[in-house]
Amino acid sequence: MKQLTRALIAVLIISLILIITVNKLNSAQGYSGGNTLTIFNWGDYIDQDLIKRFEKETGIKVIYETFDSNEAMLTKIEQGGTSYDIAIPSEYAIDKMIKENLLIPIDHSKVPNLKYIDPRFMDLSFDPKNKYSVPYFWGTVGIAYNKAMIGDIEITSWDDLWDPKFKNQILIVDGAREVMGMSLNSLGYSLNDTNEKHLIEAKEKLDLLTPNIKAIVGDEIRMLLETEEAGIGLVWSGVAQEIMWENEDVEYVVPEEGSNLWFDNMVIPKTSKNPEAAHQFINFMLDPEIAAQNTEYVGYSTPNKGALEYMDEEVISDERFYPDEELTSKLEVYENLGKRMLAYYNDLFLEFKMHPK
Amino acid sequence: MKSNSRNLYLIPYIIWIGLFVVTPILLVLYYSFFDIEGHFTIDNYKKFFTPVYLKMIFNSFWYAFLITLFSLIIAYPTAYLLTKTKHKQLWLLLIILPSWINLLLKAYAFIGIFGTYGAANSFLEVMGIGSKQLLFTDFSFIFVSVYIFLPFMILPIFNALDELNPSLIDASNDLGASPWTTFRRVIFPLTLDGVKSGCQVVFIPALSLFMLTRLIAGNRVITLGTAIEQHFLVTQDWGMGSTIAVFLIIAMVLIMVLTGKRKRGIL
Repeated sequence: MKQLTRALIAVLIISLILIITVNKLNSAQGYSGGNTLTIFNWGDYIDQDLIKRFEKETGIKVIYETFDSNEAMLTKIEQGGTSYDIAIPSEYAIDKMIKENLLIPIDHSKVPNLKYIDPRFMDLSFDPKNKYSVPYFWGTVGIAYNKAMIGDIEITSWDDLWDPKFKNQILIVDGAREVMGMSLNSLGYSLNDTNEKHLIEAKEKLDLLTPNIKAIVGDEIRMLLETEEAGIGLVWSGVAQEIMWENEDVEYVVPEEGSNLWFDNMVIPKTSKNPEAAHQFINFMLDPEIAAQNTEYVGYSTPNKGALEYMDEEVISDERFYPDEELTSKLEVYENLGKRMLAYYNDLFLEFKMHPK
Repeated sequence: MKSNSRNLYLIPYIIWIGLFVVTPILLVLYYSFFDIEGHFTIDNYKKFFTPVYLKMIFNSFWYAFLITLFSLIIAYPTAYLLTKTKHKQLWLLLIILPSWINLLLKAYAFIGIFGTYGAANSFLEVMGIGSKQLLFTDFSFIFVSVYIFLPFMILPIFNALDELNPSLIDASNDLGASPWTTFRRVIFPLTLDGVKSGCQVVFIPALSLFMLTRLIAGNRVITLGTAIEQHFLVTQDWGMGSTIAVFLIIAMVLIMVLTGKRKRGIL
C-alpha cells in the first residue's frame, strides 16, 4: 500500500512538472491567450512557409491542426470544446454549418482582398453573397487514366468506363456522393437527383460496372494509381494533379456528361476566440502573390483571379485544371440533400458494394 | 471492518465498469431506437432483417469463421512445437512481437507486398507461376487477418499445452496408444480450454473487422464492422449503426456462453 501511494504521488508530481513546463514553453514562444490563431484544415493543404510569413508579418502565433473528412471536422466543431478560428470545409458542409448556426459572418470591410476572387466563384447557392465563407480552392471530379497501361485510348465520358475491355482496371473512391453522382451523370440525371426511381436506376447501372472495378478505396487511391496498380481511377482533380506530378503517363479528364464542381472555403467557426486575427488571415491568404505561391504548392485550382498573373502560363492555360466557363457551367455543385436522402444514397452505395463480382 | 475496507477498494472498479462498460452499452441500446431525424422507432430493427443486412451478417460470420479456422490450423502445431523448443520464452516473444506494431502500418506493408509489382508477385514470377492479382481478393483478406490474429490464438493454446502434465502422455504411450490416439484422446481434450479461448479472442474481433476490408479487400468484402463505421462517420445514422452494434453484442454474448459452457465438465 505504501509503495502504491508513493508511486501515485510520483506520477502526480511528474505530471504537474510537465504541465508547468509546457505552459512555460508555450508562453515563451508567444502562444498565450489573445495572440494565437488556430487553423483547422485538410492535411497537406497549405504551404507551411506562408504560415511562418503570416506569423512574422502580424506577430500572431498560428496553431495548425488537420482533419481528413468534412464529417470528422463537422463532428468536432459541433461537439464544442474546440476553439478553431479558421476552418476550411467543402460547400455542402458549409451549407450545413450555416443552417446549424455554427459560423460567424465575415465582415467584408476587413477583407479588402476579396476583390481578387473571380466572380464566377462568388455568391454561390450554398452561401449567398458569401456572407459566411471565402473561396480557398476549387476543383472537379473526373477520371485519371494511365495511357501506357490501357493502350492509346482516349477516355472522354463516364460511359467509357463500362467498356468490357477495362475488366478489373478501375479504382474508385469510397464516397457515396461521388460514385452515385458518376452513375447519375452518365444517365443524364443531375448528381443532386432525389427521385428514387432515378437513384435505383443509377444503382443498377453501377452493378453492371462491378466486373471492371478492382477496388473501392480511400486516400490510398493516389498511391495505387501512382504505382500502376490499376489503369483508371475516379478521383478529385487535386489528387489527379498529384498523381500526374509523380507519373507522367497519367491523364485527367472531366467527362463530357458533366460532373461535380467542388469548393473548399475558409470560414470562421462560432467557437473562435480571435475573429480579428481570423479576418487578417483570410485577407492575407487572398493576396494574389501569396495565393499564387500557395497554389503552386498545393496543386489545386485557385479561385483568385489576381493570383493567375503570378503563375505559370502553362499551368493556368491547362484546360484540365482550369476549365473554361463553358465546361464549368455544365458542372454541378453538391447540394446538401438532407440527412434522410444522404442516408438513402449511402444505402444504395452499400448495396452496390455488396454486389457480387 | 475488514470487509468494509475491501468494499472501499471496489469503488474505483465499479465506477470504471459503470462509466465505460455499462453506460456505453445502454447508450448503444438507447440510440438503436431512434431514426436519423431523432424520432423514436423500431424501423432500424426491421431494416436489419432485410436481405442486404442478412447477407452482410452471413458474410461477416463466414469470413470470421474462415479466419478462426485457418488461425487454429496454423496456431495449434506452432504452439505444440513451441513447447518442445529449448528457449520457449524467446520464441514466444518473437511470435508476439509483430502484435506490438500498429495494425494500420502492417496493413500498408501488405499493400506493398501483395501489389501488382510487389514482393509476392516477383516471387511468383521467379517460380514460373506468373504474377496474379493478390491484392483486393478474398485470399489476401484472409491471409492478412490470420497473420494479425495469429499471436492471439497461439498464446492460450501454448499456455494450455505448457501446463499439460507430460506423465499423462507417457502413461498413454505405455498403455499402447498410438501417437494419433494419444493426441486425439489425451492432448487435445486437455488443451480444449486453450483452443476455446483462442477461438473466442479471434472470432469476436474478426466479426467486426473494418479497416482491412477497405485497405486489403478493397471494399469487396463488406462486414458488419464496415457498415457501423459508415453509419457513424458518413451518414450519421447513429440509430442504424447502434442497431448493428446491438446485434453484434448479442452475437458475442451467445458465442461466449456457447463456448464457455463445457468448462465445468473438465474442471
